[in-house]
Amino acid sequence: MKGKSLIKTKPKTAFIKLFAGALAGLVNGLFGGGGGMIIVPSLKHLLHYETDVSHATAIAVILPLSVLSGIFYTVFGNFEWGPTLFTSVGVMAGGIFGAVLLKRLTSKPITLIFSAVMAIAGVKMLFF
Amino acid sequence: MGWLWFILAGTLGGVLGGMGMGGGTVLIPILSVALNMPQHLAQAINLISFVPMAVAAVIIHAKNKLIKTDGLLAIIISGLVFCILGSFIAKNIDASVLRRIFGGFLTVLSVIEFYGILRKKRADK
Repeated sequence: MKGKSLIKTKPKTAFIKLFAGALAGLVNGLFGGGGGMIIVPSLKHLLHYETDVSHATAIAVILPLSVLSGIFYTVFGNFEWGPTLFTSVGVMAGGIFGAVLLKRLTSKPITLIFSAVMAIAGVKMLFF
Repeated sequence: MGWLWFILAGTLGGVLGGMGMGGGTVLIPILSVALNMPQHLAQAINLISFVPMAVAAVIIHAKNKLIKTDGLLAIIISGLVFCILGSFIAKNIDASVLRRIFGGFLTVLSVIEFYGILRKKRADK
């Protein structure tokens, strides 16, 4: 892996990292997701990581967060074998497909559709 | 046939996640709205179903030297602490309320994404 040390880093970047991590963790615990939407832009625009490094590093961050949050949610009683298992299979398959697709499609129209779907879903969940 | 819907939902979330677009923000609404899962359960399913794919992705990205480890532990530890906080807050919020707050969060995210695309389009011109 690239990089010098896992903990040492400059003061300003340290603050950004702690803050981004905290916010991503909060969102991950509170909403069960969405941490990537905080980490990726933070790494890319605030810390000037390259795009692919930003995405890859973000997954490395979100993974342990999701594990911990997942444990808490399960302990709190929010768990069902069937849905979890089948969704995991789907996510794995979709992830492979998506990673392959990533190289072939332009992101702009897709991101537009994605934003529209998110907006519709968001409004529905907010008001209905 | 219910299992098929969960596979499909996961696949859609996984594809968008694999493209770096935040699969969870699509998967949770699908589970919650389309498949009628209670909000906390939908969130839990998203968290756990992400793990296997993420493990595979991290292994691949690490091999390709795409993960920058400078201060990585600082980000993670900070995140873990606040995960605990977030999880406890969610536990103490009613499902219907949590769903609305999540909806608000999603709406805000979509506006930010949309803005991002607009800026890109203008920059390209």
